[in-house]
Amino acid sequence: MGFISERLRAQVGYAAILIATFLSGGALAQDSKVNQVNMSPGVTSSGQAIYDLHMAILWICVIIGVLVFGVMFYSIIYHRKSKGFKASNFHESTKVEIAWTVVPFLILIGMAVPATSTLIHVYDTDEAEMDILVTGYQWKWKYEYLNEDGENVSFFSNLRTPQDEIYNTEEKGEHYLLEVDEPVVIPVDTKVRFLVTANDVIHSWWVPELAVKRDAIPGFINETWTRAEKEGIYRGQCAELCGKDHGFMPVVVNVVSKEEYASWLADKQAEAAEIKALMAQTFTMDQLVERGKGVYQSRCAACHGMNGEGGLGLPIAGSAIATGGIAKHLDIGINGVAGTAMQAFGGQLNDVDMAAVITYQRNAFGNNMGDMVQPIDVFNHKKG
Amino acid sequence: MGDHHHGPAKGLSRWLFTTNHKDIGTMYLWFSFAMFILGGAFAMIIRAELFQPGMQLVEPAFFNQMTTLHGLIMVFGAIMPSFVGLANWMIPMMIGAPDMALPRMNNWSFWILPPAFLILASTLFMEGGAPAFGWTFYAPLSTTYAPPSVTYFIFSIHVLGLSSIMGSINIIATVMNMRAPGMTYMKMPLFVWTWLITAFLLVAVMPVLAGAVTMMLMDIHFGTSFFSAAGGGDPVLFQHIFWFFGHPEVYIIILPAFGVVSQIIPAFSRKPLFGYASMVYATAAIAFLSFIVWAHHMYTVGMPIAGELFFMYATMLIAVPTGVKVFNWITTMWRGSMTFETPMLFCIGFLVLFTIGGFTGLMLSIAPADFQYHDSYFVVAHFHYVMVAGAVFSMTAAVYYWLPKWCGRMYNETMGKTHFWISFIGFNITFFPQHFVGLAGMPRRIPDYALQFADFNMMSSIGAFIYGASQIMFLYNVIATIVAGKPTSDEKVWDGAEGLEWTVATPAPYHTFETPPAVR
Amino acid sequence: MSEQATTAHEKYYVPEKSSMAVLATIGLIMSTFGAATAMNQATFGDGEPSYTLMYVGLFVFAAVLFSWFRTTIRENIAGLNSAQLKKSYVIGMFWFIFSEVMFFAAFFGALFYVRTLAGPWLAGEGEGGAMNHLLWPGFEFSWPMMQTPQEAVGGVTNQLIANMGTFTSAEKSMAFSEVGAWYQWLPLWNTIILLTSSGTVHIAHEGLLSGNKKRFNLWLGITVALGVVFIGLQILEYYEAYAHYGLTLNSGIYGSTFFMLTGFHGFHVAMGTVMLGIQLIRSLKAGHFTSDDHFGFEASSWYWHFVDVVWVGLFLFVYIL
Ligand code: HEA
Ligand code: HEA
Ligand code: HEC
Ligand code: CUA
Ligand SMILES: [Cu+2]
Repeated sequence: MGFISERLRAQVGYAAILIATFLSGGALAQDSKVNQVNMSPGVTSSGQAIYDLHMAILWICVIIGVLVFGVMFYSIIYHRKSKGFKASNFHESTKVEIAWTVVPFLILIGMAVPATSTLIHVYDTDEAEMDILVTGYQWKWKYEYLNEDGENVSFFSNLRTPQDEIYNTEEKGEHYLLEVDEPVVIPVDTKVRFLVTANDVIHSWWVPELAVKRDAIPGFINETWTRAEKEGIYRGQCAELCGKDHGFMPVVVNVVSKEEYASWLADKQAEAAEIKALMAQTFTMDQLVERGKGVYQSRCAACHGMNGEGGLGLPIAGSAIATGGIAKHLDIGINGVAGTAMQAFGGQLNDVDMAAVITYQRNAFGNNMGDMVQPIDVFNHKKG
Repeated sequence: MGDHHHGPAKGLSRWLFTTNHKDIGTMYLWFSFAMFILGGAFAMIIRAELFQPGMQLVEPAFFNQMTTLHGLIMVFGAIMPSFVGLANWMIPMMIGAPDMALPRMNNWSFWILPPAFLILASTLFMEGGAPAFGWTFYAPLSTTYAPPSVTYFIFSIHVLGLSSIMGSINIIATVMNMRAPGMTYMKMPLFVWTWLITAFLLVAVMPVLAGAVTMMLMDIHFGTSFFSAAGGGDPVLFQHIFWFFGHPEVYIIILPAFGVVSQIIPAFSRKPLFGYASMVYATAAIAFLSFIVWAHHMYTVGMPIAGELFFMYATMLIAVPTGVKVFNWITTMWRGSMTFETPMLFCIGFLVLFTIGGFTGLMLSIAPADFQYHDSYFVVAHFHYVMVAGAVFSMTAAVYYWLPKWCGRMYNETMGKTHFWISFIGFNITFFPQHFVGLAGMPRRIPDYALQFADFNMMSSIGAFIYGASQIMFLYNVIATIVAGKPTSDEKVWDGAEGLEWTVATPAPYHTFETPPAVR
Repeated sequence: MSEQATTAHEKYYVPEKSSMAVLATIGLIMSTFGAATAMNQATFGDGEPSYTLMYVGLFVFAAVLFSWFRTTIRENIAGLNSAQLKKSYVIGMFWFIFSEVMFFAAFFGALFYVRTLAGPWLAGEGEGGAMNHLLWPGFEFSWPMMQTPQEAVGGVTNQLIANMGTFTSAEKSMAFSEVGAWYQWLPLWNTIILLTSSGTVHIAHEGLLSGNKKRFNLWLGITVALGVVFIGLQILEYYEAYAHYGLTLNSGIYGSTFFMLTGFHGFHVAMGTVMLGIQLIRSLKAGHFTSDDHFGFEASSWYWHFVDVVWVGLFLFVYIL
């Protein structure tokens, strides 16, 4: 309990200071992340515009509030019966009533003007220099770089925080819940257009410091854009309830210099070419199981359990499918089961990974089938 | 069928079979308080899990069920029925009617509620768990990806809707048809006015909600594709239909609260309401506007810019009539002769905190700024300011204000005032810091959060426990008053109170106004 | 105490305690709970669907409603109802119909939304969907929608979103523009029937007002008959849709909106027919209704006019446009 009370004491202090800074413009917020009390203007022109708008409205409201509450408290203090104040009996005054209808209306017009121009700025996706297709999945993001010459680059971005940290058996890291295995990389000072969509349910792609939040709607593509003016790593989260792990699908954007971006992209493309080459290869059982284990743990275990014991999905250990014909098993992996949480993984995993994970499922958790699936089998199955 | 000069029947059958507006009102009030405790218990689970980063008490899936049921039960089970109960008790007495217009249907409107909520709560024990898709149940999370219990959820929403529609029709018929001679529309107490308009909103939007859940039902069980792009539908269609209901719904919650405050502030200021007519027009204006602003909940779904602008302007406009109300209350207090009994304290609490909630609402209505606020804790802070400090505070004020009239006994004033101060402080400790974490980027509906939000969340949880615990005092005070409060038999319990309900005996007799009173 | 009004005053009838509300609740809850259970059994394979509970509930509900209305009618005949109470019933019925209008508004809203906004967006047209051709290449929007986006890309396995069911397309549309065989005239026949029936129910009303019970019974009978014919034709049309047009609930959003709108309308016609039928029986068997006291009939006829108006909307937006 010592821990709590110590914290509590600190908090009362904080609270006083923070409320004061908040009211005095929230200047403190700028860099300190912990106990940040205000919106951050971030690193884009839209972010700055939105921040300015936010502060302007906030101040207008504060001023109106001070006036309104001022009158009220004056009245509460002076017009009380205990002070012997006698009630007057005035009511209805057309003049006053017109005034307090028209003045707020004018104030609102004053707010609507900058709001409109900011909105138009934020909505203008024209003349983007590059496009990234962002697809929300339960519970990860997929990024695909469009319009690029050479190999198509696409990858998934999963939460990297280990379960041990989440379940408090290990010290939580600095970027607890805001870290991914593979961030999306964009060049600085470049207008990047994001095409946002989803595969299953609605998600929302949000990075506060880029001032981007756009819902990812399955079956529709939304457009939004950013132009980061400062290199750095920017973190955000999925902002639309998307099921069990909604709280565990962060977004991490790595803004790098243009040169760095070019070389990163080249590496990625080389990697993609490599996978392509692998597809033509034949693997040994050990290689497949080894690779498949990794894929399983990152992609399937959330539903089927670390040891194939099942959960949201059916158990794999002893499953009739995983210990039955290869074709059917492969089919479920590629096409999923309609109407259930079992998605079609054909479009999410490359053929090598798919072959590996199916092989792994057939040879792990006591499923000793001894047979294996090669990338070419996956390719053929997809062909039909 | 005999004379009406008799008291209530004895035993359980009094409550099961009653057609008396006061009995039915009482049942609504107790039922809603029970739901408030249940919804509050879920909120306590939410706040306990969010006390610290990391998962400690519940699993993420269960957390989502808590969030969902908390929202649903508070909105549909606690707030709405509590105001319906108040309407049942007060409207006939305020307009000089012998009872509600359609007493048997009145009983039915009430009795379908408890089983509907029983079904909703029982989903917690079903396979796959209770609904976990938020009180807004966006498709396809609530259709293709929903647990099987969603079917029970859908039917319970249907039943709730039926109850609300019947209740509202009853209120409309009562107000339009049962006023005592001389009680013209523009003489009606404001509580009656706000309820008349609320009832109209309810009859207009509850069927739309029924339509939305029916489409869900069809998508889940009968292969239609309203909310699936693969068949030519659109998940966003669901949101449009939902919010066409959902936005008027929030004014359904707050308008009767406005009515209550408009009764109580003049009473304790000993001065008539500043602008009666403009209050009525403002209420009507809010109701009208509420139909054309729904998409302000959907600024981020990617609407065409013309849509964004239209909904932004329309939403901002609501500040004008709401401002008229706030200004009216304050000018009513101005140069009054005020005293500060518990009901008045809660009304002043309402006035301050609701206005703050209204300001954050106005900030949310600015579309580009909402891109940063949306689905963050800033929104959670906004709506608890208007719903807890708005609706719940005013409901609490109403109970303290009319309780002596209902049971002929006076509550304990000191305890009432203590309840107010603990509530007021607890409430602000809970929800004020949520503005901060929201602006700093904490999304809502998450069971676990990044370390930078830890301190404010802990504060918020502590505040929630304080606020929650203070409700025990309220419950105790009410029960103690009913059982053993100081008897009072003044017809006019409060010296500044005006209205027909203060002309009948205290406690209010089982049947009032069998012959209509004369209204000057 | 307040001073009492001195003017003569007709007492408002506040009924004694009544068990009907609680019994009706039991019926309602049994039927909804039963329906939910059966649907879940059918869809999620929780076992053989069993509709017993639902039917028992519906039966209880219907029985209670029957006795409820009977009580109300008896009270009226016993002269307990003041003019004011009768007005309460009128107001109640009016706002009930208004709520029904709003229920249909939700479905009409859905229809307009998909036709004018979402559909074109899916095909990559307009401000809301410039990039959607990436998801649904080859999908072209038309109304009636004869090919679902899913089919345009070659089926479930080719679509870029997860499996959300299989949506087939209609082979032919029910749109009135393709009139050929006689049964394609069905919507028009139905329009004529329903409009006529609004007229006949009005004639019946006139008859009643002028004290001519014979005329009333005759024209009310004709109205009920027209209602029955309408429902018959509607059933026939559904049969055609399923058997020969390939138009089902699964036929994408076209099938969804078509069946939901016409289905709920058909259901309301059935309700209206039953309501009017009961009034006919009351008049024939029990000699109810006089020229100045016939609210049961009036309420049913308002309902009937409402159903008629909805149909005109349907005919316009589902079949013609
Ligand atoms: C009682 C319920 C209630 C009430 C009364 C309100 C009132 C308002 N609300 Fe709120 N709102 C909710 C309940 C309510 N809201 C809920 C539950 C949600 C979240 C739903 C969910 O997603 O789960 C929500 C969400 C919500 C959003 C969506 C946020 C998002 O998800 O991104 C928006 C956006 O526009 C909004 C706006 C407003 C506005 C403009 C008002 C206005 O009516 C406020 C008007 C009042 C004032 C402005 C103060 C008094 C006025 C003056 C003193 C006059 C002078 C003032 C000026 C000229 C500035 N609300
Ligand atoms: C009128 C409606 C209403 C009311 C009254 C409340 C009341 C409260 N709400 Fe409510 N809330 C909503 C409507 C309401 N809420 C809605 C619509 C949502 C959105 C849901 C969604 O996202 O889908 C929401 C979401 C929501 C969240 C966000 C959850 C999330 O996004 O994950 C949180 C978190 O703090 C919260 C907290 C609270 C608290 C602490 C109270 C307190 O005021 C409750 C106090 C009451 C009690 C505690 C019960 C009575 C007291 C006792 C029984 C005594 C015993 C108690 C103790 C000893 C502690 N609510
Ligand atoms: C989001 C949850 C989820 C994820 C992730 C998931 N599955 Fe599944 N899986 C399911 C569900 C649910 C079922 C049961 C479907 C049914 O009802 O038939 C299932 C069933 C299966 C089956 C059939 C089991 C049987 O005995 O019927 C196989 C094989 C399978 N999944 C393979 C995989 C593979 C391979 C992966 C990872 C690449 C994976 N799953 C990831 C949810 C998931
Ligand atoms: Cu994805 Cu929330
Ligand atoms: Cu709203």
